[in-house]
This record gives sequence, structure tokens and C-alpha cells, in this order.
Amino acid sequence: MTAVRLSGVDMVFNPGTGQEVKALAGIDLAVGQGEFVSLIGPSGCGKSTMLRLIGDLISPTVGAVAVNGKTPSAARIDRDYGMVFQSATLLEWRKIRANVELPLEIMETDKGERRERAEAMLELVGLADFADHYPWQLSGGMQQRVSIARALAFEPSILLMDEPFGALDEMTRERMQAELLRIWSETRTTVVFVTHSIPEAVFLSNRVVIMSPRPGRITRAVDIDLPQPRNRETREDQRFFELLTSVRDGLRAVEDM
Amino acid sequence: MRRWGPAAVLFAGGLAVWEAAVRIFNIKGFILPAPTAIAAAFEAEASDLFEAGWSTFTTALAGLAAGSAAAVLVSLAAARWRFIRDGAVPFAVAANSTPIIVLAPIANSWFGILSPAGSIFVVAVLVFFPVMINMVRGLLSADASQMELLDSYAARRGTVLRKLQLPTSGPYLFSAMKVAAALSLIGAIVKEFFGGPQARLGQYITTKAGLLQFEEAWAAIALASAFGMALYLLVVWIERRAIPWHISVRRA
Ligand SMILES: Nc1ncnc2c1ncn2[C@@H]1O[C@H](COP(=O)(O)OP(=O)(O)OP(=O)(O)O)[C@@H](O)[C@H]1O
Ligand SMILES: [Mg+2]
Repeated sequence: MTAVRLSGVDMVFNPGTGQEVKALAGIDLAVGQGEFVSLIGPSGCGKSTMLRLIGDLISPTVGAVAVNGKTPSAARIDRDYGMVFQSATLLEWRKIRANVELPLEIMETDKGERRERAEAMLELVGLADFADHYPWQLSGGMQQRVSIARALAFEPSILLMDEPFGALDEMTRERMQAELLRIWSETRTTVVFVTHSIPEAVFLSNRVVIMSPRPGRITRAVDIDLPQPRNRETREDQRFFELLTSVRDGLRAVEDM
Repeated sequence: MRRWGPAAVLFAGGLAVWEAAVRIFNIKGFILPAPTAIAAAFEAEASDLFEAGWSTFTTALAGLAAGSAAAVLVSLAAARWRFIRDGAVPFAVAANSTPIIVLAPIANSWFGILSPAGSIFVVAVLVFFPVMINMVRGLLSADASQMELLDSYAARRGTVLRKLQLPTSGPYLFSAMKVAAALSLIGAIVKEFFGGPQARLGQYITTKAGLLQFEEAWAAIALASAFGMALYLLVVWIERRAIPWHISVRRA
């Protein structure tokens, strides 16, 4: 079953005004249940817009979006989405623990379980010691990890992640990638992941979707046939390097257009 | 301590200059009494002054609390229901730019000249509009991406109001409350200028000025300033506890 399907989607912002932006044009994309798909492409090519369309935060100008066989808005009401935004978007009046508990609170999970989940998630992202801090007492990368913990806390069936590891140092980043893959393989969550890093896209994904700007289009998709589970050896695999090259070539082709 | 030092020095210096000026230029008491003369009057009148001051202060406080509470409730309704917002906000903005204090003499005929309800009413109306306008603005200033976050959880309107808009409005509410604190005391005293029980600061000041006892009038003015500052500090104290996370309050 497909988890996410976009068919013939155009997205035009402020149509008919001087500020009209054609953000996406003719997007067709199907993401299977439990699949891990990365979107990669130059800045402004509509990656965030695509996540927001899937997540029902905006509606397409033309075309249709379906999620788990429902409309995106039905999926949202069913709490199918865990979103990680490009910025951490923490609530500054809540301590870290309370930020992670936010979705659980809204979904009326009981208090004990909320606590437990939040602790476990903070443990996972390596921030258990910061549970009682305020967001402004954390660095940008730490804040972003909190937002990842928050998205994972309620075990959504689809994770929409917008450059979640962009603000992390290389080692933390690789650790977070490994954790994400572990969670993904345990929960069979569907992941749509935006990144600017070619190695990250190749390491994590089943498929890397390459996009071009103005208007945003899908130019190519590269199937990543590296074996699971992926680990340190994966990054040294000959096939890993071949796939890096083929994604890079795909992006070069975009730049030359 | 170090933070208060410069202000204390400036205050003491100001008093000294004032005292010296009155003596050197032989300024008449009905124009400007010397600080020492005011202090002496204060001491002599202390019990009357404090009785009057306390009544005025509690009236201002009651009006401030009632007016702000009403403003917060109306603001929440305005943030929640668009038709209330569209109906009430322009009216509030208009009302806020009229001199509401002119209600003072009229309030006496509504509530009776001796009733404290008249004063509380005037103060409440006076603080209502600035608090409401700021609170509504605060409730509507929630960050767009935080709004999207809550939308992505399909949070209900009431939940968004409680968990996002209300906390966002906290700093707006408290900056309005600081202005309202000063307004409330002004409102209470000016209302008392138009009559009412003798044991009130407004009445005390008009009476003493009428009797050309300016030292006593000035002592009452000094007390009014002190109560004004106390009211302000009370708001600041509550603010520190209510929004410890805010940049204006937080300490690293
Ligand atoms: N709310 C909006 N109103 C108007 N235009 C918008 C809006 N959101 C996005 N756009 C436009 O749509 C285009 C795609 O934006 P989007 O944020 O999806 O890019 P992106 O691929 O995520 O870029 P980046 O890698 O820099 O994050 C841009 O040209 C942007 O200006
Ligand atoms: Mg983006």
C-alpha cells in the first residue's frame, strides 16, 4: 500500500498577484508504506513546500494528495504525521521535557505514560540531562534534537522531516542517522526526509528523489539498493560510493539546466 | 545593591538641591515647600495620611484587578471568535483614545458619592481598554510556525488558545499591566477630587490645598508616588513568577 501519493500536483503561491511563485509543477510521487524517501535539490526548489502539502499545512493549487488512502486532512486529524520543521519550533515557555510531551498532551495520553515517553525520547537524542532546561539554554543543534524527540514521541505513522540534522556536527549527525534508521526499522514508519547532504540521503534512504527549481519538479529518482541494516560498513561499501556519484550527477544535471 | 546605587545617589542629590534652592531663593511654601518641611508634615499627619493612602491604594488595586480580569476574559473571547474580535476591537481602540477619566464626576451619581464602588468602576473602565488591546494583540501574535506545529497535531481551537496563544500573550499582558498600574492610581485619585469620603488621598490633597496647607498636600503627593511604585513592583513581582521564561525576565 502506498503511504503517500502526489498526483499531478502544482503549487502556486499568491496566484494572480505580483508575488506569484510557482513553487511546484507536475509533481508525481508515490511513497510506499514503510519506505524511506529523501528529497534533495537546490535551495528554493520546493522541498519544504512538498512536505507541507503532504502534511496538510497547505493545499495544492492543482492535483491531488493522498495519505494512507485518505485525504491529507483526514490523516492529520488521525494524527498520522510527525513533523520536524526546518527550525526547531520549540515553545519557549515550556521546559524541554514539556516540549517533548506537547503532542502527547494534545492527544490526551495519560500523564505517567507521557513522562515515560518523553524521558525515553530525550534519552534517545542524548538530552536526558537537559529535561528541566528551557529551550534558550540549549544550542541550536540541541534544540533541533529536541524537536526530533518530540516528533518521535507519539509514534506517528509518517515522519516528515525537513533538514532535521542540518544544525548538527558530523559525529552527532551520524549517531542521529543511525538512531533514526533503528527507529525506522523497528516501527516501520514511513519517512519523507529533506536534506542537502548527498551522503546522508544515500545512507538513509530506499530512494533519493532529485528536484530542480523554478518551478520545482522531480527530475530523477535513484533507488538505493544498499543492504539493510545499514551501519558503519555501509559508508565504506563500494556501492555506497557509486550511489553518491549517481545522486551527484543527478544534481549536476539540475544545475546545468 | 550596586544596581540601586546610582538611583539612590541621584534621588538624595535631587532632594539636597531642592532643599538648598528653597532656602537660598527663599521660595514661599505655597509655591514649593522644602523637603524637610514636607517630611515634618508627613510625620505629624502620618496616621491620617496612611489611612487615606491605604483606602485609595486598595480602591486602585481593586479597580485594576477587576478591569484587567474583565479585559483578559473579553480578549480571550475576541481571540477565539472572529465576530467578537471584529466587533469589539475597533470599539476598544476608539474608547482607548477618549479621556475616560471624565466619567469620574458622573460615577458619583451612579453609585452614590460615598460608595467605593464608583471609584472602583472608574478605575476598572480606565484600565480595561489598554489591557484588552494589548492582550488581544498578544493572543494574535503567536508564531506562525508554532501554529503550524499545533495544526500538524490537529489540535483543537481551544487547545491552541490555551497552549500557544495564552502563553504568547503573557509578555504583552504584563507590559500593559505596568501602564495600567499607574493609570489605576491616577484614576482613583482624580475620581476622589470630585468628592467622596474625606479619608482618601484625592480628598485629602484638595482639602489641604484649599486650606493653604501645602506641606501636607505635598506629603500626600509623596505618599501617592510611593503607593504607585508599590503597585508597579507588585505587577513586576507577579510577572517574574508568571513568565519566568521570557527574555525580559530570565536570568542565565
Ligand atoms: N508561504 C509562501 N508564500 C509564498 N511563497 C512561498 C511560500 N512558501 C514557499 N514559497 C516559495 O516557494 C519556493 C519553494 O520554497 P521551499 O521553502 O519549499 O524551498 P526549499 O526547497 O525547502 O528550500 P530550502 O532548501 O532553502 O529550504 C520558494 O521560491 C519560496 O519563495
Ligand atoms: Mg526548506
